[in-house]
Amino acid sequence: MTSSRATKIDRLASVAARGPEFEVGPDGQGSPNGHDAGVSLAVSAWRRLRRNPVFIVGAVMIGLFVLLAVLAPFIAPHDPALRLLEDQVSRANNEIPPPQDGYPLGGDQYGRDLFSRMLLGSQQTLLVAALATVIGLGGGLVLGTLAGAFGGWVDSVVMRIVDVLLSIPSLLLAVSIGALFAEQSQFTVILAVAIVQIPIFARLLRGTMLSVRESDHVLAAKALGVKRRAIVFRHILPNSLGPVIVQSTLVLAIAVLDAAALSFLGLGAADDSTPEWGQMLGNAQDFFDSQPHLAFWPAGCIIVVALGFTLVGESMREALDPRQRR
Amino acid sequence: MGMALLEVRDLSVVFRRRGEEPTIAVDNISFDVEPGQTVGLVGESGCGKSVTSLAIMGLLPSRGAEVSGSVTFEGEQLLGLSQRQLDERRGRDLGMVFQDPLSSLNPVVPIGLQITEVLERHRRMSRKEAKVEGEHLLNRVGIPDPNRRLDEYPHQLSGGMRQRALIAIALACRPRLLIADEPTTALDVTIQAQILSLLSELVSGTDTALIMITHDLGVVAGLCDEVNVMYGGRIVERAQRHALFAEPRHPYTHGLLASIPRLDAPRGEKLVPIRGSVVDNIAWSRGCAFAPRCPNQLEQCWSDPPELVEDRGGMLRCHNPVEVAPLAAEGTR
Ligand SMILES: Nc1ncnc2c1ncn2[C@@H]1O[C@H](COP(=O)(O)OP(=O)(O)O)[C@@H](O)[C@H]1O
Ligand code: SF4
Ligand SMILES: [Mg+2]
Repeated sequence: MTSSRATKIDRLASVAARGPEFEVGPDGQGSPNGHDAGVSLAVSAWRRLRRNPVFIVGAVMIGLFVLLAVLAPFIAPHDPALRLLEDQVSRANNEIPPPQDGYPLGGDQYGRDLFSRMLLGSQQTLLVAALATVIGLGGGLVLGTLAGAFGGWVDSVVMRIVDVLLSIPSLLLAVSIGALFAEQSQFTVILAVAIVQIPIFARLLRGTMLSVRESDHVLAAKALGVKRRAIVFRHILPNSLGPVIVQSTLVLAIAVLDAAALSFLGLGAADDSTPEWGQMLGNAQDFFDSQPHLAFWPAGCIIVVALGFTLVGESMREALDPRQRR
Repeated sequence: MGMALLEVRDLSVVFRRRGEEPTIAVDNISFDVEPGQTVGLVGESGCGKSVTSLAIMGLLPSRGAEVSGSVTFEGEQLLGLSQRQLDERRGRDLGMVFQDPLSSLNPVVPIGLQITEVLERHRRMSRKEAKVEGEHLLNRVGIPDPNRRLDEYPHQLSGGMRQRALIAIALACRPRLLIADEPTTALDVTIQAQILSLLSELVSGTDTALIMITHDLGVVAGLCDEVNVMYGGRIVERAQRHALFAEPRHPYTHGLLASIPRLDAPRGEKLVPIRGSVVDNIAWSRGCAFAPRCPNQLEQCWSDPPELVEDRGGMLRCHNPVEVAPLAAEGTR
């Protein structure tokens, strides 16, 4: 109580000393002029994002997908690994179990419940996409920061490596990396997809850091004798993350597609008891003519999820683009 | 008396870019700053004021900018020091306030951290001590409720408040020289006067010297002891403030004075802008850069570069200066 009164009196005194045009109102807030001049980039970006239907649609798609992945073990009616309907499968006649009571989508070519496999497959997709993006982002942050902070020969070396990696088509690179591993697993898929993203993140971050390095507040920090490490990690890097964060959202979409492609090509886990959409799609290719729904469900889900991440990423990029600010 | 706090001698800065003509941004300028003194650096935009201040601070890019001459601070040569050696002095001995308070603050770091950062760096304070001192500093520059402001981000402060915060940061380690580069240009007119009086209040009575950089002679009027007028990268006139305002000698200074509103001007007096613009300049090597715009120009001005010579207790670079009454008594200087 007393301390707040004291500050109030101090404030009154200083307002009195400085005359009535002092820019602080009675509530201690800055002038209205200061307010709209100083809306931060993030706040104004969020305001635009919130009203953008493209963002909302994408966010709803992602939200549902994540919710499904989290709840999958609880709502899946059956164990996805059990061949419950095996007796309805006939290899010779290309017959697989049709939709029936308790099995809304029927069974797959081994008689396992397709619906439960679809639900639990979302977990794998989310895991692969998230891990691959995080690893790619981490590697890109390290390389990009090295190049952007040191410049000179470090920059040249890092960027040459990045250029070489970028000159190879990304899926081809991922396939090559995936094939390098003696034992294929879900993890090799994650690693392959992640490594492909590292140079993209690195180049993006380096470019942003080089431009932030020229900004007024970095010059001001140098004028204060702030040490180089603090200049990089406090003044340059945190101000360079915007484009990288947007890129991560887009990479989530790419990772979903790339991971599915690798699994489709048989570079995923050898054991298919844990369902994965790309692998399910790959396994369905023998039945494209007779049982198209086996491919339709995983393919549709992959497209919807990738589209959701793309919509969110693109609308974020648009919202953060300074040229779009009004 | 002996040595000045800052001695700038024959400072030149040339920008070289591949495939482009070199730009001589600063051309052989010399001036002194005594402890506690406020020195003005005045001239139109593009005349080399900012480049001069960045050269003193050692902040010009190492590639592309060619700096020559000498800058000594307390007798020590600053040009040629490594960035690491300069970092020990910048923020502690030499402070700088920039033009645009919003872009000069890190948008993602709270104000408080931007103050404590310098205190921890140069005054070896703990985070806790630095926070207390930071609050004290914000209070001293007239920011109300400083404790709360420490946790706020730059965009949450108004323009004037941001400039106050920047001044607090620049003065946090009590530097012996503060360079203010157009500190009020980006602010509202009403706030400009407050920031100027704050600056003069903070440096007067201390031995902190101030270099006040501005394109506005009005800013200099109430603040500076001595004024250097720059044109095209060179100093064209130097005088004590009173002499400069009472009897400007250089036609350019005269023009600047005629183009600002004055309180003591007779009613109905018209403001006369200087005709032309800096793009009309000729090179100093060929004559007087100001000649194409100068009402006093002579034929000589187009072929013979004027030298900077002593004139009535100051310095002047002009073949045909503005006439004023002769000094009352010789030898008063
Ligand atoms: N980094 C740079 N590269 C090339 N030319 C520059 C650079 N910085 C400033 N200049 C040039 O130097 C001259 C002086 O600029 P400056 O000192 O910023 O003027 P001002 O007096 O307005 O502060 C200008 O002609 C400008 O074009
Ligand atoms: S030297 Fe000549 S052109 Fe230059 S300012 Fe003096 S009178 Fe004017
Ligand atoms: Mg300038």
